[in-house]
Amino acid sequence: MQSTSHNFKDNARRAIADPNIQAAMAKMKVGFTGKRLAAAARLPEFEALRDAARDIKNHSLANLDFYLERYEDKVKETGGHVHWAPTAEDARKAILDICRRVDAKTVTKGKSMISEEIALNDHLEQAGIKVVETDLGEYIIQLRKEPPSHIIAPAVHVSKEQVEADFRAQHQHLPAGRSLSEPTDLVNEARQILRQRYLDADVGITGANFLIAETGTSIIVTNEGNGDLTQSLPRVHIVIASIEKVVPNLEDASTILRVLARSATGQEFSAYTTLSTGPRRPEDPDGPEEYHVILLDNGRSSMLGSEFQDMLRCIRCGACMNHCPVYHAVGGHSYGWVYPGPMGSVLTPNLIGVEEAGHLPNASTFCGRCESVCPVRIPLPKMMRHWREREFERHLTPKSVRGGLGIWAFLARRPALYQRLTGLGIGVLGILGRRRGRFKSLPFAGGWTKYRDLPAPQGKTFQQLWAKQQKTRSTTK
Amino acid sequence: MTSAREQILGAVKQSLKRNGPNATNLETCEQRLSDPEAGLIPERSRLPHPAQIDLMEAMLIELSATVQRVSSDNQVPDAVVDYLKTRNLPQEIRLAPSMDLLDLPWDGHSLLKTSSGPAREPDQVSVTGAFAGVAETGTLMLHSGPEGPTTLNFLPENHIVVLRTSQVVGAYEEGWARLRKVFGNGVMPRTVNMISGPSRTGDIEQKIELGAHGPRRLHVIVIEDGDSAA
Repeated sequence: MQSTSHNFKDNARRAIADPNIQAAMAKMKVGFTGKRLAAAARLPEFEALRDAARDIKNHSLANLDFYLERYEDKVKETGGHVHWAPTAEDARKAILDICRRVDAKTVTKGKSMISEEIALNDHLEQAGIKVVETDLGEYIIQLRKEPPSHIIAPAVHVSKEQVEADFRAQHQHLPAGRSLSEPTDLVNEARQILRQRYLDADVGITGANFLIAETGTSIIVTNEGNGDLTQSLPRVHIVIASIEKVVPNLEDASTILRVLARSATGQEFSAYTTLSTGPRRPEDPDGPEEYHVILLDNGRSSMLGSEFQDMLRCIRCGACMNHCPVYHAVGGHSYGWVYPGPMGSVLTPNLIGVEEAGHLPNASTFCGRCESVCPVRIPLPKMMRHWREREFERHLTPKSVRGGLGIWAFLARRPALYQRLTGLGIGVLGILGRRRGRFKSLPFAGGWTKYRDLPAPQGKTFQQLWAKQQKTRSTTK
Repeated sequence: MTSAREQILGAVKQSLKRNGPNATNLETCEQRLSDPEAGLIPERSRLPHPAQIDLMEAMLIELSATVQRVSSDNQVPDAVVDYLKTRNLPQEIRLAPSMDLLDLPWDGHSLLKTSSGPAREPDQVSVTGAFAGVAETGTLMLHSGPEGPTTLNFLPENHIVVLRTSQVVGAYEEGWARLRKVFGNGVMPRTVNMISGPSRTGDIEQKIELGAHGPRRLHVIVIEDGDSAA
């Protein structure tokens, strides 16, 4: 997918002015957060399970070489094929080669963020293959020719009226007078349309939430059942997964599953957790004849052993963006690539470069909500700070910011001067603002006062007040 | 030229600054594969077996599934026919090709049409067995095999699952333990489906709708065949 992350500021400005996006965000920020809270409260072991999930992922990552090799052995043992893909291009090529070999005309897909990451749909379509997204949200954005705006709810930015308009425009063979005003109507229509696609498909492509080294199994977690129809009806099932998805055994996956749905949608467990191991067995009455796993690196191996290793624990639940005030304000598309919100602000610069995605780790207030809800306790703010440091070191930070930081650093190293200057500044502002109590605009701070007023200071700095209070305390003792 | 495989594994090893696990590490990792240990299991499902069955039922109902208990295998056809009637569904079912189901007294219902095998597109009602029921979250475990075509669990709009109380366990881990007993350590059938309620989506304005692509309705007939037979 072509990134527009370098345009984050313009993207965000547009999103803030878009009433549809704002209405959708207002709805999602209460929905997801409330449900997660209720699910967490209902399970007394939830916090301990988060620790356990973090530890399992840490162990898996620390031994990733071992578990990947053992996973591959098991897949082969069960008659499946593993294709290693160092880059997005390698992954696209491997998938197209399989599709061509089996002469595929139609491919159905379950939701996969990795597929978005490698821009698979365009690649297959250019080769003349019809690609059908089957997750309802993905289907909607495929019709709208848009990227997903959320990793688990790709069409969260679209209103039901917009979906209705898209369905009327695309499904012209259906009666024009049909009712499509309610979500139920829309879900039923998508169900009816996609049903035939499943049956027509030659290849089904899904992602994977986990790969199990013990058994060579891939796991998908869904609610709609589309992933299951995608992978059980066509002749060929292709799984695309990134290398950090591997965990040792079924018990480990179970522990992480206990925090996944609760963190994501607030469900106790998603409707369908499906474990797939190899192709259909000779005695099986249905299922795919071929089973392929594409193992994608695309920059992840170089995150291992770096200050970004913890990011590889991510299980893609979306809780960080569901709780992010910046995401709530600007929506997922503003981030400009596949992964929005706090996890995207850390991951995207790793995958497509900080030159392109440098705005993202800066689009945070460091309020810490993301880290506080992350089921595998990824220190997201700390890692965004790492990116800011790297940007500064590599002179990618804008001149005005560097200049400002330079001045601040100069003063911060000279406490006496710092205190005198801030005391003077606060004193002057206090006198100037005494009458109105606030400033509507200030020189050098126009960007800040454009959106809010600055309350006038009371005439003393924090350090002065602190010193005064310490003095009174010591005298009253 | 190095292969893509060597390239990735080489990069992983370089980042981990090692050439594979050391001896102690290797032992830990090997053990994790050959002898998996359960982690933290929530207290919720650690109950006497009858209470686990009650929990299973309560969780299923919370998930918008429906549950009916019967006291013997022979009552299953009556329960199925009742279900079809009250939902105004056609008297036609697609059965999983398992002896347990095929041997039931279906012929007591002359209007009921039965056939068995993988699901086909017009099939509206499937009836399958289950491998286990996990009380913790009301999750049904089904697996593929000669007696369990996977398509029956997803293609028809109505899925009726026949579950025995002896198949009800507390936690997922107990389900894996039973699966290993049947298939062997480290061996899995092609597909294991963990099903928690009917198909659903919240993709349009986060309003939960049932029956997105998989079954709109999930009905569980519980045969009370006594205690855990594990």
